[in-house]
Amino acid sequence: MSDVNLLEVTDLRKYFPIKSGILKRTTGQVYAVDGVSFSIREGETLGLVGESGCGKSTTGRVILRLLPATGGRVVFDGQDVMAAPRAVMQRLRRDMQVVFQDPYASLNPRQRVKDIVGEGLRIHQIGTEAERKKHVFELLETVGLTAEHAERYPHEFSGGQRQRIGVARALALNPRLIVCDEPVSALDVSIQAQMINLLDDLQDEFKLTYLFIAHDLSVVKHISDRVAVMYLGKVVEIATSADLYVRPRHPYTEALLSAVPIPDPHTERSRQRVVLEGDVPSPANPPSGCVFHPRCSRMRPDPCTGEMPPLVSVGDGDHMVACYFPTTYGSKGEAPAAPAGA
Amino acid sequence: MAERVLEVSDLSTHFFTHAGVVKAVNGVSFTLDRGESLGIVGESGSGKTVAALSLMRLIPDPPGKIVAGDIKLKGRDLLAMSEDEMREVRGNDIAMIFQDPMTSLNPVFKIGTQIAEAVTLHQGKSRWEAWKMAAELLEKVGIPDAASRVKQYPFEYSGGMRQRAMIAMAISCNPDILIADEPTTALDVTIQAQIIDVVREMQAQYDSAVILITHDLGVVAQLADKVMVMYGGRTMEYGPVDEVYYDAHQPYTWGLLSSLPRLDAVEKERLTPIKGQPPNLLLLPEGCPFVGRCAYEREQCREKFPDLEIVGPEHGVHCWIPRDERVALRAKLPKFRSGAA
Repeated sequence: MSDVNLLEVTDLRKYFPIKSGILKRTTGQVYAVDGVSFSIREGETLGLVGESGCGKSTTGRVILRLLPATGGRVVFDGQDVMAAPRAVMQRLRRDMQVVFQDPYASLNPRQRVKDIVGEGLRIHQIGTEAERKKHVFELLETVGLTAEHAERYPHEFSGGQRQRIGVARALALNPRLIVCDEPVSALDVSIQAQMINLLDDLQDEFKLTYLFIAHDLSVVKHISDRVAVMYLGKVVEIATSADLYVRPRHPYTEALLSAVPIPDPHTERSRQRVVLEGDVPSPANPPSGCVFHPRCSRMRPDPCTGEMPPLVSVGDGDHMVACYFPTTYGSKGEAPAAPAGA
Repeated sequence: MAERVLEVSDLSTHFFTHAGVVKAVNGVSFTLDRGESLGIVGESGSGKTVAALSLMRLIPDPPGKIVAGDIKLKGRDLLAMSEDEMREVRGNDIAMIFQDPMTSLNPVFKIGTQIAEAVTLHQGKSRWEAWKMAAELLEKVGIPDAASRVKQYPFEYSGGMRQRAMIAMAISCNPDILIADEPTTALDVTIQAQIIDVVREMQAQYDSAVILITHDLGVVAQLADKVMVMYGGRTMEYGPVDEVYYDAHQPYTWGLLSSLPRLDAVEKERLTPIKGQPPNLLLLPEGCPFVGRCAYEREQCREKFPDLEIVGPEHGVHCWIPRDERVALRAKLPKFRSGAA
């Protein structure tokens, strides 16, 4: 991992209009992504976790400019992605690829595997026909399939194999950044582990940088160097994965971690659980102030309902949290001291 | 000893399709005592849902058919019951919660009406009494402001609340057995934690037996007393949760436990996946369904499915590898090396 930031996201916003009435006038907005900032270093994996509707997938799509942003900046390797003209954008797309969640919906059922994987090569006119074919075979072998699979159609494959085809397609143009949008959540556990190991190996082999979007905290912990936790369109905490899972500071992160069941009966029986009450509010009508305050046990009307707390550094510089009363830990970082506001 | 409410022996449910016979459940046996909870774990296509639907006699026929076996519900032969008797059993003795609460609630009826329906049908209460009871049940499962929420339609409920409403409906007739088929799979983790709490509370309050069907070994560790591991329609291993998690005897159970990333892992260790792809259910081998993916398979595995071998108190396993050899093999796996067993 280098110290150079490959991707810098600053104050990214994406609002979807709500239209109603026969005139389809805009009557409101869904604040899907609302002021998200983070950076990813070259060769690093940043995990983006959160519950459904928190805006993690939208963030991934806006970064790739698959959706236009409402505001904010995305800089990839010094190049402003949002402002890039068409020709520059096409060049950028070679460096920024994506693997989608649903391996059944993300592959064209009418195309053969060789055409799915080789499409990017063809569009970007890389190599001759024969070279492209050879490259497709190599890619299939890289992801654990064989050259024989090239002539088949997606329906002939199982879910895990399809996801491998999706990965081969993403790798075809030799990208530097891959946005993995829930790449393993549709897969059974035994296949999920194969996929995670494959992504790990590919990262080492091709020096890839991942933005790994998922809702499964165990998977994210396993694969990520750093993790950002999103809630209602905002990043509430970001830290190295080692630090975040041992010393979470945001009350939402703590609740999220304690809610994940651990496949170990002894551990499960002895665990203290923080069960959050209520549901996630609608992103069309987010709460005032800190977006988490209606469900938070540390909430105080002032300042929590006033303004969203900024994301600030705590502890060592790499740990950032957006909370007025973050959990503090003793100097040795073992037993948590009483949270300032509890 | 607690009353035995359910005894399933050698249950086989097959589907006769144009492409061939799918042996979705193949010789499965288990028992359930009052107040006990059993987790059935397995990956997609392992037969866990079909096993549960067989208990309710809800297998669509054709193409499905319970071809063999015996289901005893508090001593009564469930498979010999008439359709009318079965209708009494469903809801009253056995109730079910489904994975997706949106498709299992009727969108055009109020939540209260749907809960009250079961109550009027099975308990002979008046509409007014049943409606009042619906509100009480909703309150019990933790729906805030239940008195007015009972008049709302499913679309006005969030995913977690719909699942609570499903639970309210399921417990309305105080069933002996509550079957929960992936009750939290469609929900976010924080909502999942709430629902697990509700299921646990309701189980304690009504002293029901629970069958929890899931692919999530974490949820089973949290909620179940005993666990049955299924693969390709077969029971691979069956026993008390602690026995199966810490003293697993089946290579498939080892594989499942080893392929999970752990939230409480201190250091990043490479996952040990199960090789290969899930089996084609139309072409299941004669012998053990795990053949081809098992790292330790031998000649007889392909020929015949092994008989049940008892390895501990109420702990059984189907595997051809001799016991001593199994224990030695397991000791080499990173997951079991730390001496948890």
